[in-house]
Parts: sequence; C-alpha cells; structure tokens
Amino acid sequence: MRFARPETAHEAAALIAKETGLIRILSGGTDVMVQLKAGLVEPALIVDIKRIPGLRKITPEAGGFRIGAAVSGAELGEHAEVRALWPGVVEGAELIGSTQVQGRATMAGNLCNGSPAADAVPGLVAANAVARIMGPNGERDCPIADIPAGPGKTTLAKGEFLTSIFLPARPARSGDAYLRFIPRTEMDIAVAAAAVSLTLNDAGVISAARVALGAVAPTVRLVPAAADTIIGSKLDEAALAALSAACSAACNPIDDKRGTIEFRTQVVGVLAKRAALIAYSRAGEKK
Amino acid sequence: MKSIHVSATVNGDAVEFICAPDESLLDVLRNRLGLTGAKEGCGTGDCGACSVTLDGRLVCSCLVLGAEAEGATVGTIEGIADGDTLHPLQQSFIDHAALQCGICTPGILVAAKSLLEKNPNPTDTEVRYWLAGNLCRCTGYDKIIYAVQDAAKKMRSA
Ligand SMILES: Cc1cc2nc3c(=O)[nH]c(=O)nc-3n(C[C@H](O)[C@H](O)[C@H](O)COP(=O)(O)OP(=O)(O)OC[C@H]3O[C@@H](n4cnc5c(N)ncnc54)[C@H](O)[C@@H]3O)c2cc1C
Ligand code: FES
Ligand code: FES
Repeated sequence: MRFARPETAHEAAALIAKETGLIRILSGGTDVMVQLKAGLVEPALIVDIKRIPGLRKITPEAGGFRIGAAVSGAELGEHAEVRALWPGVVEGAELIGSTQVQGRATMAGNLCNGSPAADAVPGLVAANAVARIMGPNGERDCPIADIPAGPGKTTLAKGEFLTSIFLPARPARSGDAYLRFIPRTEMDIAVAAAAVSLTLNDAGVISAARVALGAVAPTVRLVPAAADTIIGSKLDEAALAALSAACSAACNPIDDKRGTIEFRTQVVGVLAKRAALIAYSRAGEKK
Repeated sequence: MKSIHVSATVNGDAVEFICAPDESLLDVLRNRLGLTGAKEGCGTGDCGACSVTLDGRLVCSCLVLGAEAEGATVGTIEGIADGDTLHPLQQSFIDHAALQCGICTPGILVAAKSLLEKNPNPTDTEVRYWLAGNLCRCTGYDKIIYAVQDAAKKMRSA
C-alpha cells in the first residue's frame, strides 16, 4: 500500500487516473480505517484529500453554502450560519458516531461509503444538495440523491471523487429536520430514519416539500409521493396520516437483528410525521 | 511497503518517525515513540481508549494513519500533567476513585480535558454525551462524571 497526499484536486485526479490497483480516497477515515483493519479492503493507493485547498472550508455561495468534502462533523456543527439555514442537515451529520468520530467524519465520506443507514444522507437528499465531483474528465455537479446505488455502492465513475457538497439557498419560512430510530441514545446505526424539508406560504400552508428515508431500502430514498401528501396542507391529522402511510409504502427494508421488516416499515412513518412537525415549527409555524 | 518519513509535534516536542503507510497513529505513538498512555481497546473507533487530540481536535488515534500526522500537532495523556504536578482532572480521578483497572482512563482524561476547554461549565448530560465514545467496563461511569464535574469546578475557580 502507498499513501499520497496531493496538494491540488487536479493532482489528485491525475494520481488516481494513472493508478491501476485499488484506490481508497481518505477523508475522515472513520470507515476506511475500520475496513483496512478488518482486511475488508487492501488498496494499492490511499489518497488523502484533506490537504487540497478549500476541501476543509465552508464558503457562502449564492445564498447557500459550499461545504468542502473534508469538513468534519464537528467543524460543520460549529458553523452557526449553516446550522441556521439547514438545521436538519447539520443534525443528521452530528448524529454520526462519538465526539471522537465527529472530529474526523465527513458528510462526503458518509455518502460515498454507501450505507443505506448513513445518517447525513437523508438530510442532504431532502435539502436537494448537490455534489461537486472531480474526475479524469474534469468537474461535474450531481444531485446527492443520484449518488447512492446500493449497499456499499455509488454511481461515481472510476477515478471520480467529491470535492464539495453545495447546500442551496432556501426561501423564507423554510425548515428541515432529521430523525432516526436507534435502540439506545448514542453510538448506534439507524434502524429507520426520515428527513423532511419544507417551505410554507404566508398562510402557513406547505408550498414545497421533500421527504427522504434512510435504512428502509437498499439506498437512502427520495419519496416524492410522501412529499405530495403534505404539500397544500397545514400538517393536519389527515395529512400526517397520509404522510406516514406513503413513507411506509415506499419501504423495502431488510430483516435483521436490529429490526424486523414490519418494525422498520411502521417506525419510518412515525419518524417522518415527527420530522415534518419539527420542520414545520422551524419554518415558523406553531403546531 | 515503502516506509514514510513523518515530522510532527507531539505534546509540544518536535518528533520525527518512520512508519508504514497503513500504520495507525496509535501504533506509531505506542510502538515507535514509546508513548503507551493511549491504549488499544478495539482498534475500530468504538471504545475511545486511544483518544488523542490532532490539531486541537479530539480523535481516536486508531482511526488516523501515522502518515496523516505530517505537520500536525498531537496531544496525548503524557502531555497533560505539568511536570510532577497532576492536571486537576487527573487529581480529581484519584480523589473520586473514578478508575479501577485504568485502561479507559487515559482516553477519558484526554476527552474530558478537551470538553472543558470548549465548555468549562457542562451539565452532567453534556459530560455523558461528550464521553459516550469512551467505554469503561469497570466504574459504571457515575464516578467519572463526578470527577469531571469536580475538576471543572476547581478549574473554574482557579
Ligand atoms: C465508532 C463509529 C461510529 C459510527 N457511527 C455512525 C453513525 O452513527 N451513523 C453513520 O451514518 N455512520 C457512522 N459511522 C460510520 C462513519 O463514521 C461515517 O460513515 C462517516 O461519515 C464516514 O466519513 P469519513 O470522512 O470518515 O469517511 P472515510 O472513511 O474517509 O471514507 C468512507 C468511504 O467514502 C470514500 N470517500 C471518502 N471521501 C470521499 C470523497 N470525497 N469522494 C469519493 N469517495 C470518498 C472512501 O474511499 C471510503 O470508501 C461510525 C463509524 C465509527 C468508527
Ligand atoms: S482503540 Fe481506538 S477507539 Fe478503541
Ligand atoms: S477503569 Fe477499567 S475500563 Fe474503565
């Protein structure tokens, strides 16, 4: 195994392009190091991207924020403006692991590791966040929702890596929230999870919404049919019941020691309802 | 595997070491620098016994490559006391009997020190959440919380 620490994104792309063996990008390393230790991967080359300028920065852009791919959960959580604009995204990222893991873990790594239970991903999908990707053919932008491809898999082409994640501007009276179910209060993997992002009009009626679910299908899933149940409503009982039913209907979960299919299917609906209510109050309406 | 030459600052001292590309910072500290305070409880980020600071940030040294320490500042349990004078947290752990076997203690002290630097007056709940990634098989945690809070109090009035 070799270790490289490129100084620019182009240098990284060139290194990756000419490598014939297995490559692992290293951001926070909280998945990579565990996989190395377990012998699950034996890369020929580790590419540490943390020294590339801008990759550890959060920059305001077009009313939103560009989050460098190597920004850790702790750094993100300390950024008051990002937290104010996208509280649901930040709370998802902050649920990853312990204080020590937060010191290293990144949203980009969480996404590219490809876990269906990745805590930062539903919030990013609900936020309609966009990944900036560097590759052998230059740079491209891609919605986060289009990156997960199955457990441990992404749609990134060979040699491609994220340089940043863009969180867009949002209209006034918007809010988002992320909730997961775990059997204890800390340090566990989501059994089911839901993120809701919504915008209200002046009358307190939901004018736009996005709902994303985690840990209930082979990938994090955007569920437009669930968003449709609450658009046009003030989150009355009927709308909440329809939201819950639509989320449960969108599930295709596994059965394991951490949760049965029935449990995950039911709980994800409850989580979506609660997340919608939190997002609604963050958008400025009492419920 | 080609060895890598690394220069870093550990507990205020400039150090240089050679390590393998897949060697963890924990293994470097313990096996190459003779700093055996950080322990390996799991090697996979779950137990916190290997906690150190990296450029001021609390991390698990088992999840960091030695090679990543190039140019970085590392803080370990060995750097916490001031010569023969124990850090208030260390003294408090003794006073409150907040350890039994002691395997988890270096990691918990490093983690608690990093908490009190950020938040000198935490609630019990804040201490418990901050230390959720530090496992202890012996104490049942209560005494650890008392010891951290007592040290925090003394440090605030110092
Ligand atoms: C103790 C512990 C607890 C954890 N708890 C949780 C939890 O509660 N919830 C949760 O979701 N996860 C959890 N995790 C998993 C892990 O911490 C997260 O997935 C984390 O976000 C990974 O980010 P990283 O920067 O450390 O990724 P890395 O380990 O650096 O990388 C992860 C994967 O993504 C690839 N990659 C990284 N960056 C890029 C990039 N910029 N472009 C392309 N590919 C890239 C890597 O090659 C690798 O395959 C936990 C891990 C540990 C050790
Ligand atoms: S040895 Fe590093 S967390 Fe357990
Ligand atoms: S004192 Fe033994 S593990 Fe904590």
